[in-house]
Amino acid sequence: MTQITKAPTHEPHTVFIKPSTGLAALNMRDLWIYRELIFFMVWRDVKVKYKQTLLGMAWAVIQPVMTMLVFSFLFGKVAKLPTEGIPYPVFAFAALLPWGLFVTALNQGSRSLVAHNNMVTKIYFPRLILPMSSVFAGLVDFAIAFVILVILMIYYQVTPAWNLVWTLPLFLLLAVVTALGVALWLSAINVQYRDVNQALPFLTQFWLFATPVAYSASVISQKWQVVYSLNPMAGVVNGFRWALLGTGSGPDTALWVSIGISILIFVSGLFYFRSMEKTFADTI
Amino acid sequence: MTTAISVHNIGKQYKIGAAETKFRYNMLRDVIVDTVYAPVRLAKAAIGRSDRRMNQNYVWALKDVSFDLEEGKVLGIVGRNGAGKSTLLKILSRVTEPTTGTVTVRGRVGSLLEVGTGFHPELTGRENIYMNGAILGMRRAEIDSKFDEIVDFSEVTQYIDTPVKRYSSGMYLRLAFAVAAHLEPEILVVDEVLAVGDAEFQKKCLGKMGDVAQQGRTVLFVSHNMSAILRLTQEAIVLNKGQMIMRAPSQQAVDFYLSSGQSQAGEKIWDAEDVPASSAPFTPLSLKVKEKSGKVVDTVRSTEPVTVEFEYKLSSPVTGLRVGLYVSTMRGEYVFTSFDTDTPALYEKFDSRNAGHYISRAELPADIFNEGRYTVGVNASSFGVRRYFMDENALAFNVDISGAPGTQWGEPRVGPVRPRLNWKIEKLDK
Repeated sequence: MTQITKAPTHEPHTVFIKPSTGLAALNMRDLWIYRELIFFMVWRDVKVKYKQTLLGMAWAVIQPVMTMLVFSFLFGKVAKLPTEGIPYPVFAFAALLPWGLFVTALNQGSRSLVAHNNMVTKIYFPRLILPMSSVFAGLVDFAIAFVILVILMIYYQVTPAWNLVWTLPLFLLLAVVTALGVALWLSAINVQYRDVNQALPFLTQFWLFATPVAYSASVISQKWQVVYSLNPMAGVVNGFRWALLGTGSGPDTALWVSIGISILIFVSGLFYFRSMEKTFADTI
Repeated sequence: MTTAISVHNIGKQYKIGAAETKFRYNMLRDVIVDTVYAPVRLAKAAIGRSDRRMNQNYVWALKDVSFDLEEGKVLGIVGRNGAGKSTLLKILSRVTEPTTGTVTVRGRVGSLLEVGTGFHPELTGRENIYMNGAILGMRRAEIDSKFDEIVDFSEVTQYIDTPVKRYSSGMYLRLAFAVAAHLEPEILVVDEVLAVGDAEFQKKCLGKMGDVAQQGRTVLFVSHNMSAILRLTQEAIVLNKGQMIMRAPSQQAVDFYLSSGQSQAGEKIWDAEDVPASSAPFTPLSLKVKEKSGKVVDTVRSTEPVTVEFEYKLSSPVTGLRVGLYVSTMRGEYVFTSFDTDTPALYEKFDSRNAGHYISRAELPADIFNEGRYTVGVNASSFGVRRYFMDENALAFNVDISGAPGTQWGEPRVGPVRPRLNWKIEKLDK
């Protein structure tokens, strides 16, 4: 008979394991228990991202700035696309911010489960943490690039509307929800079908053209606006420009369509992810 | 006593077959093709001509397993490869979900398998301790309070702020193990079969397991090493083809396991369906233990040489192939490993082997084995490139020691080998 010499540090909680049927319960309780892991994963992603690079965090600035310069030359100077009176560099950069966040989140998030397959096959934790932390890690780059936007706006003397204080966070939230929704779908599919890895670069490129980043949404004719806004990133980018630069008409039908689509992708992604979650360790 | 683990009719079904062996992953293409042909299949099923392929793609890795384990008990789990041992542990640690049945687990489940999971080479030792701790389910405050203890235990104090990619593999493993060892789960599962690391490290794992059991925690221990099972557990269950066929005091369970299904009368023949498709281009045909006269035998005399023959086919040329034997005791301790191209002359001559039918024959000299039963495992691999085929328990044979050195005393000798040593006795004073 062994003797208990050391009592457990906390009262053990009981776990019931059973096959989940139908649409699995979202099990937010476990996500809450493991909330610190989200923080640590984000922290690790940020910390590791620019390790052993010469320029370090500067890359978070260089990437959007270089893209902005290329766009300014091609679309601003050569093609002379209309920008609703805003200097092209600011016009492009205001869109590149949410777009960069979306692309990072989409790419890292979609690959997150496969990239951490040793964690997935060895231990239990809510798998949602992986795509979530990939998306959140993108916010750090966003914050750094945001400083550049402020500098650009001061340089070109663009004054934002006062209501940006609450509209911008809302559009940022919309960007995060959209990115997370797509990442939930793609990361879960990627566990079984690595086709996602192959499709991502193409998808990213295609999506960029379908989003008013390099051009203004006003070039799309009125009757196609609602169809166009089926792309939730169109709503996000238009919203960012409206909040920061005052272009466009502000919240309209098209925006509500974008928001609706975004929520639809997110909620369905959440349920799809949860229903596939039980087989991740077996199929990865 | 309260029940720590209650397993009720657990079953786990896996999909196998064409989809997994032919292609590494299911491809979207297959699903599309399958979907298109679904009406055809349904129609065929309706007129009674269903292709049974659909059912064959599933296999039960675990079926109807039920048991209760009281708090503070140490339970051994034994069974051959593929018996479902690891699947059971994976279900208990919630890595994978059961297909049927329920489990109630009281407390946090930790496993020494998780060693180093989530370690990032670019992070320092300190950062990795926090990272790894969080992954294993520790709270930040908990890690803070145990931090010094973990560092002391890992013996890497002076390198704690160095990225772990600069660590030696030993330091890396020590640090990783230190975190896992301080998790203090209420229930510890140890899968020695999958344990990484060298013998020293595995010994440390077993030591830690013993400590945990001493502290009154519940332990589940999977091993091929029967002496470890006997030493560390009071009770064991025997799994066979996914079913629990016995639960008994360890000695009884081990005896039953060793005496059931292991012996194959000195010969093992592989049928085409026993060979996984992944072993191509290598196809094992047979493994035989022969005595001096050339007869296949189940029992060999330790005083005579024994020939072990491994017959196989190559369907295409293979470079750097080596075909070898593992000989181990029934308790799972290795006696030796040997490959057919160990000698430099053969190594050069068979640098590459053409497609064809081969036999690799080894003569085991007399006076190696002690009395007992030994298993022979086979392995075909190209070093550093790929392992084509492996069967750790291909066959077993008995050794009879009549006439061996020291048998005049009629006492059992410890150790798996019984060499005939060239003793000299000198009297030093005149």
